[in-house]
Amino acid sequence: MKKFLMALLFAPLAALASGGAHLDRWPGGVGDEAALQNGAKLFVNYCLNCHGASHLRYNKLTEIGLTEQQVKDYLMFTSDKIGDQMTVAARSDEQKQWFGAAPPDLTVISRARASEMGSGADWLYTYLRSFYRDEKRPTGWNNVVFENVGMPHVLWQLQGIQVMNPETHKLGLAVPGELSPAEYDKAVSDLVAFMVWMAEPNQLYRQRLGWFVLAFLAVLFVLAYALKKNYWKDIH
Amino acid sequence: MAAGKVEKYKSDGSLGGNALEWVDARFPATSLWKEHLSEYYAPKNFNFWYFFGSLALLVLVIQIVTGIFLVMHYKPDAALNANGVPVAFASVEYIMRDVPGGWLIRYMHSTGASAFFIVVYLHMFRGLLYGSYRKPRELTWLFGVGIFLVLMGEAFFGYLLPWGQMSFWGAQVIVNLFSALPLIGPDLSLIIRGDYVVGDATLNRFFSFHVIAFPLVLLGLVAAHILALHETGSNNPDGIEIKANKDANGIPRDGIPFHPYYTVKDIVGVVVFLMVFSAVLFFAPEGGGYFLEYNNFYPADPLKTPPHIAPVWYFTPYYSILRAMVWNFFGLDAKFWGVVAMGASVVIFAFLPWLDRSPVKSIRYRGPIFKTLLTLFVICFFILGYLGTQPPSPMGELVSQICTLFYFGFFLGMPWWSRMDKFKPVPERVTMK
Repeated sequence: MKKFLMALLFAPLAALASGGAHLDRWPGGVGDEAALQNGAKLFVNYCLNCHGASHLRYNKLTEIGLTEQQVKDYLMFTSDKIGDQMTVAARSDEQKQWFGAAPPDLTVISRARASEMGSGADWLYTYLRSFYRDEKRPTGWNNVVFENVGMPHVLWQLQGIQVMNPETHKLGLAVPGELSPAEYDKAVSDLVAFMVWMAEPNQLYRQRLGWFVLAFLAVLFVLAYALKKNYWKDIH
Repeated sequence: MAAGKVEKYKSDGSLGGNALEWVDARFPATSLWKEHLSEYYAPKNFNFWYFFGSLALLVLVIQIVTGIFLVMHYKPDAALNANGVPVAFASVEYIMRDVPGGWLIRYMHSTGASAFFIVVYLHMFRGLLYGSYRKPRELTWLFGVGIFLVLMGEAFFGYLLPWGQMSFWGAQVIVNLFSALPLIGPDLSLIIRGDYVVGDATLNRFFSFHVIAFPLVLLGLVAAHILALHETGSNNPDGIEIKANKDANGIPRDGIPFHPYYTVKDIVGVVVFLMVFSAVLFFAPEGGGYFLEYNNFYPADPLKTPPHIAPVWYFTPYYSILRAMVWNFFGLDAKFWGVVAMGASVVIFAFLPWLDRSPVKSIRYRGPIFKTLLTLFVICFFILGYLGTQPPSPMGELVSQICTLFYFGFFLGMPWWSRMDKFKPVPERVTMK
């Protein structure tokens, strides 16, 4: 019995303790259009070369405050049809040879990366800030959140070069990049915002609609309850 | 021809006649309406627990209607598209993004799956509380257990269709279980899969089962469940037979017509249910990773086994029971006994009408033994459910074994403990609490 109670008590704690690195909270939100637009720019310039976002169409980007012309002028490099999906030109079997594994499609990655450790956004926000120099890896890069990752640090020019202190296992900036650490965090946060939006572009509309539905049901409840009361007044 | 007969069916169906009479002469519309609604007398003392039958019917309709629309755009195809994503997985995202209103239909269906089990579990728990399975309602209960089994199959087949990592590996694990059966096992799992691994053949046959075979059986069983119920009449929170006390017209004194009384009452239940349903659907459609598992947003990859494969929450209690069996008996593998225990843990509900020997039906007149054991049973069920979502651990294994023991002890000991309790006298007439 004692063992049983102990197990009851500790099972949830044990579940929390397991798992990898600590995740930083993503500070952004999907309602910030400027952040989404900046994120879209970063995504198209840095991610879309290898990773597809094949469930998303370019014209959907008009929903984050861009005009079709802006999308065509600034974000479409591989395609000229606004209704096209955001795919990669590189073939996945070739990429498999280059990186060991084909880079996954990123459209819904922010939903897939969620866990009891944190949201998918938290994971991405931490991951993209946790690359460090590691000469043992073929790409020269490793990551604290995703050990022995196949992907090189594509944002290194922005962030600079981090190295791991062999004693404390903490990351430190050895070579500064184009952005200050605070600016880099903001840029990554914007990129993550875009990826969260991309995983479900309807999410804000869904929540707005939800309030209308609940309000309608609240009114319906009052009516239904009054109808029931009226019918049942003689039942004792 | 008797004059009365002519009088009754006087309409010839002409425009001036009574259309309903014309129909009634050819189809029992009015008599069916009366028998099952306006003159079906239900006990007047139904409480909160009696909402879940009508709600289960509502969720069934939601699942069928949304399912019809999903099938219009979903493609059961495991091949990779030009972007390296499986066609089935991509078609779900297509529904979520490019089909107008598709996201709503899809979330209704995915939330509806979990809602179905929540509602059905509460509906079954009502049966335990008030002894609804007892004589003369054994067949209603058996049809209900049948519905539950078919529902589990329906959910299992449906879960493969999005073709995500959990879809794939969950199906792989469960179908492999059948291979543990002696003699027929390996061939049986091969037939279920249609291939040596879960693949396109599996996806297509699961799709067929999910949209045709199982829904048909489900509808038939639901009809039988309701017909059997309306034959005996409903039980109630006092566990009293209202038909034992009728007035001069043969109407139970404690009965009220289902329509309009319970139709208007169930509408209130429906609205409250829809509020909870909508709150999940619009604000947390993933249900914290329980309704839509996070890992299932990765497309199925036969070469990449996830570190932890957990079934969806409604299967986890039975999954825990499966994992709790770690001993080889009689030269048969532990896995076989796990499958047997898992199957038994579901099927054992069917025996309740004959296991329960209590002289009273309702918990209101049963004593502390029943109340304590039922509470512990519910706690065990939740613990097993929780452990089934977790990776295996030595402590979890021990706890799940204790809970499994209690789970079966609850049922198998019932013929004895259900008789030993201290019972309260049952009143003549139902009480309005």
